[in-house]
Amino acid sequence: MTIEEQKYTDIMKEDLLKNVKDKCESGYRLVQIGCGKFGDIFEINYSFEKEYSFENLRIKTTEGEKVPSISDIYWGSFIYENEIHDLFGVEVTGINLDFKGNLIRTTVKAPFNVKNVTKVKPEKKETAEKKTEDN
Amino acid sequence: MSRRIVVPFGPQHPVLPEPIHLDLVLEDEHVIEAIPSIGYVHRGLEKLVEKRDFKDFVYIAERICGICSFIHSVGYCQGIENIMDIEVPKRAQYLRTIWSEYSRLHSHLLWLGLFADSMGFENLFMNSWRIREKILDAMEETTGGRVIQGSCKVGGVRRDISDSKLKDMVKDLDILSSDIEDLCHVFFDDDTVIHRTKGVGVISKEAAYSLGAVGPTARGSGVSTDIRKTGYVAYADLDFSPVVETGGDCYARCAVRARELLQSVDIIKQAVDAVPSGDIDVKVKGNPDGEYFSRVEQPRGECLHYIKANGKKNILRERVRTPTTANIPALVKMLGGCEMADVPVIVLSIDPCIGCAER
Amino acid sequence: MKLFSMTKTIFKTLGRGPSTIRYPKEPAKRYEGTRGQVEIKIEDCIFCGLCSMHCPSDAITVDKPVKIWTIDRFRCISCNSCVEACPKNCLCLNNVYHEPVLNGPLTESFTGSAEPAEVSSEN
Ligand code: SF4
Ligand code: SF4
Repeated sequence: MTIEEQKYTDIMKEDLLKNVKDKCESGYRLVQIGCGKFGDIFEINYSFEKEYSFENLRIKTTEGEKVPSISDIYWGSFIYENEIHDLFGVEVTGINLDFKGNLIRTTVKAPFNVKNVTKVKPEKKETAEKKTEDN
Repeated sequence: MSRRIVVPFGPQHPVLPEPIHLDLVLEDEHVIEAIPSIGYVHRGLEKLVEKRDFKDFVYIAERICGICSFIHSVGYCQGIENIMDIEVPKRAQYLRTIWSEYSRLHSHLLWLGLFADSMGFENLFMNSWRIREKILDAMEETTGGRVIQGSCKVGGVRRDISDSKLKDMVKDLDILSSDIEDLCHVFFDDDTVIHRTKGVGVISKEAAYSLGAVGPTARGSGVSTDIRKTGYVAYADLDFSPVVETGGDCYARCAVRARELLQSVDIIKQAVDAVPSGDIDVKVKGNPDGEYFSRVEQPRGECLHYIKANGKKNILRERVRTPTTANIPALVKMLGGCEMADVPVIVLSIDPCIGCAER
Repeated sequence: MKLFSMTKTIFKTLGRGPSTIRYPKEPAKRYEGTRGQVEIKIEDCIFCGLCSMHCPSDAITVDKPVKIWTIDRFRCISCNSCVEACPKNCLCLNNVYHEPVLNGPLTESFTGSAEPAEVSSEN
């Protein structure tokens, strides 16, 4: 078994576009953009791959701050950026295909950003969960 | 000057069993642009990780998808094991490999059937699924579940396969592979199939790469990428090379999957020959602390599990990026310029699994 | 013979007979290791609640003071997690699926005394 090397580079949000452009020009492919909320800080990972070498750029942002879209560089990034907006409520500016919160429609807005998702009715949540298991 | 109209397509559509909705901008019968929207089946499984013990989450990770379930659990377990520096026994690694390849066989056969169905070739659909049933039987016998195997756990696997059973499995596969070959010939040679798939939904190698396409979608366009080549579980010890086709159309993607069937059979045989004896699991003590991007190759392409934990029983964040999500931009590009009647075939050719794309 | 590439398969299939089972006339396929339903040996249970803690779908509820162990068959996903968690090995997973029912919920309770509170329908 080979364990993949994990490479992270923490960068400032302002340098994001420049760094991503570098990656694009040196022939990397966009693997994913993923967000996570730790405390009050949103961490956004941009993962790239070239010939099985896997690298990450990481930016940190807080509630209310805007993040620039990289969709001018990687056309396909719209799907991840919309997802981050819909699940975490992080605003991404200038996406080429902006769904404006309609890519993943949930009853609770930005469900991954609120403490308790079960605020509707405990009853309802239970049946919803059951459906999931049946799928 | 022809008129432009917008045709809504899906989420309920006779030939498209996936909850994806497309707004097709048509000019006569030509699709000018397609705008996808998903979001019908979001279940919030990633959020559940905050409430579950990390060892129990593997059951949930596995249920992200009903087809590549086993490989999801491998991805998750591998992530945790690498954070905690657990050395998984060799035999468990090989068993994981064997079951992963069985999943690939079953998923590709399922897909070939659905693809034939989308062309209206019902007979081929039933034939693919008949072969798939045999694969599922072998899975149920060895793991206890037809589609949700539940046999992978943090630190190893739950069930062992006896050596005699492994031999029998290979014998069954030998018989099956002649059936599979016949099936592949139909997909390769039949006029009906060629007519519906050659030159349809073309995407160039450069476009596929820069749009981040993964799996058979990328390999069908000549991009040689296969995460199995990074050598996770036991793949480093086995001899295979990614199946690549250069057509970039639906036919090429179909051919990649058909050829991967035979490749999987071959990998299983190699793995059975090389499987060492020994333990199948190790005890897991403590809690994970750290982060890891775990990448595995699912039948649909590369899948990524990102795990971040802080030494507690509950993990802080798990993010799953499934192959379908990565293939959607490529799909949008493929659809531009095609014919209305080809839309279902093209959408199916990326093997969409929207349920796991939304988790 | 491009148009007739299916012919070989068709002839093979003709000689083979049906691939399907006439369920329910014939019994469904079943293997020794198939994960079916949870069974409990209630005499051994100490009502510690570990099984309900480890159940990913919250199917089990354990009421320690009155010694009642309840399972919701509809929620159970036959994952084997409770069986592994139980310290007394009083749970096991058989290889029979539950028969189809018309309406739910389908809960079964067992009490610590000799008889089950609600008589279960199978086995
Ligand atoms: S874990 Fe076992 S002993 Fe404990 S309550 Fe559950 S069944 Fe009873
Ligand atoms: S088998 Fe799994 S889902 Fe069913 S009761 Fe046990 S732990 Fe819960």
